[in-house]
Amino acid sequence: MARLDTDRLVDTRNGLISRELFVNKDLYQQELETLFTRAWLFVGHESLIPNPGDYFVSRMGAESVILSRDKAGGIHVLLNTCRHRGMKVCLYDEGNTTHFTCPYHHWSYATDGQLVGVPQYDTLYPGMDRAKWSLIEVAQMANYKGTIWATWDKDAPPFLDYLGAAKEHLDLALDCRDGREGGSEAFLGVHKWIIPCNWKLPAENFCGDTYHNPSHRSVDMIGIGPSARSGTKGRRDDELKGAQHVWVSFPAGHGIHSAIQPAMMPYAEAFRDTPVIEEYFRHCYEERQRRLGEKSRLLPFVGTIFPNSSYHGRQPRSICMWHPHGPESTEVWRIFLVDKDAPAEVKDLLRHFYMRYSGPAGMTEQDDMENWNYATAGARGVIARRYPLNYQQSMGAGKDDDPVAGHVSVQITEENSRRFYARWSDYLAGRDWDVLMGRRDGTPRRAAAE
Amino acid sequence: MNDAAATPRPTRDLDFYLLKEEVAAFLYEEAELLDQRRYTAWLDLLADDLVYFMPMRRNVKAGEHAARENTREGSDISWFEEDKWTLAKRCEQIMTGVHWAEEPLSRICHMVSNVQLLEALPSAAAPQTVTARSRFLVYQNRVETETYIFVGKRTDTLRRVDGAWKLARREIILDQNVLLAKNLTVFF
Repeated sequence: MARLDTDRLVDTRNGLISRELFVNKDLYQQELETLFTRAWLFVGHESLIPNPGDYFVSRMGAESVILSRDKAGGIHVLLNTCRHRGMKVCLYDEGNTTHFTCPYHHWSYATDGQLVGVPQYDTLYPGMDRAKWSLIEVAQMANYKGTIWATWDKDAPPFLDYLGAAKEHLDLALDCRDGREGGSEAFLGVHKWIIPCNWKLPAENFCGDTYHNPSHRSVDMIGIGPSARSGTKGRRDDELKGAQHVWVSFPAGHGIHSAIQPAMMPYAEAFRDTPVIEEYFRHCYEERQRRLGEKSRLLPFVGTIFPNSSYHGRQPRSICMWHPHGPESTEVWRIFLVDKDAPAEVKDLLRHFYMRYSGPAGMTEQDDMENWNYATAGARGVIARRYPLNYQQSMGAGKDDDPVAGHVSVQITEENSRRFYARWSDYLAGRDWDVLMGRRDGTPRRAAAE
Repeated sequence: MNDAAATPRPTRDLDFYLLKEEVAAFLYEEAELLDQRRYTAWLDLLADDLVYFMPMRRNVKAGEHAARENTREGSDISWFEEDKWTLAKRCEQIMTGVHWAEEPLSRICHMVSNVQLLEALPSAAAPQTVTARSRFLVYQNRVETETYIFVGKRTDTLRRVDGAWKLARREIILDQNVLLAKNLTVFF
């Protein structure tokens, strides 16, 4: 397959992105081969596999992988395919086991991926070195505050380098509400559903497309937030009143939207439906200020860790994976986060709020799905594809490292999307890690009209 | 709730069959209201303390189904675990005219069948609470060619309130693992 010249399709200088990105079959295949094989991908949360022998079947790109905890407690990410004929070695979504045994010819693998059982081995495979036929394991894996990330590229930079300064924003989703580091866990029950859209549209949306607020008007009108029963409208509590919103892009392609309070602000009353829960969050807020000081002024909204892992930081609080499932199909998986040691009534209230906000039954996100669906369909037409999409919002409005690290805009911007697609193009062009990490510029981006 | 055989069946006398017919009529009329988009009238059929629950379904090993196949009410994330207030919000949202996942409105058809009367308390002759199971096939067609088919089972508890039946509990078992629809804007 000849590689398409993606630099012609992504013209960040003029703010033009070709619609081919959202429908083209060759580009999709090129993504699977050059992007999902190299970038760090979110695989799951360690709380899904707390005990030795626990496993959770996840995905990387379009392929099934097993997130497994071996009998010594080590975590592995293994390709879910037998080395003999390729049948799935794990047919279940999750569980606990001592071995992954292929149903076809019964090759059997330990939970660390080692091939330990080959029927009639002595007679049929004399001299075969079983150690060479383990399950295929990722090149690198990282456990960051309980979230598990992996890449197939041994030359990829370590995860924390890849994450870069986006770390302080992702931390806002992963750390305890009272400012202690880490401490979050995933609720059991993983949303999995299929949207007829290209995976990049939701990934880009979570880079900080704040401009799409009007599409959520219906849910803002009726009010579904944690104070809605007390009469508050809107889809969540307004905890960021008076804060300076920031849209930040990072060299590896991540884009986030957070907010910075102008000073150490008093608690903005939220969760008003239930006094005991309101009191809990007030306590967490004040405790976090005490612990973090001025740093506590930074509060989360959303973000995408390049390429397809996105988080919601606060109301709601989740991580999702936009798995490629064909040029015009995305299989979404989402886990919801909560402080492990939060009181039962807090967990219960958050769980109900998450379910009515997010996912296919979520009153907010339903409208997103409609948009991503028909935006993808709108890229299909032969005539339509002659006209690139307008990504010219707030061109040149950003500054570097002010007031936080990264390329920052203090007004709503599509700069995060422009940089997301520029980095996407670098992967598809097969560029090296210096370019992919922004340490060296790749090819200057040419105008689409050239 | 998952094991019909464990529940002793009411005696199959005339009262049983009359009540079964009454419950089936309730379910058909309810489906009619939904398909006609008469949401306010539909909400009137719901008890104030309604529990509306639809778990997610997992592929699990033989022998683990009772414990692990479905996400658990009260602790896990499910597709739906909500009350009448939330369902009323959903209706209100559809009627704003700017809920784009249901604007323009979908064409929806509920097929309800296999109605089984599992329990009538205190008796089929003078019932105050009944439990019934049924099958559903919900067809959704929206915009031009977009079509979804949802098939599964429901276990409903109906309660007699001021002489009329109200839906007090609905457990919906959708027979899908990865949800094959972008949205769940329909009511089951």
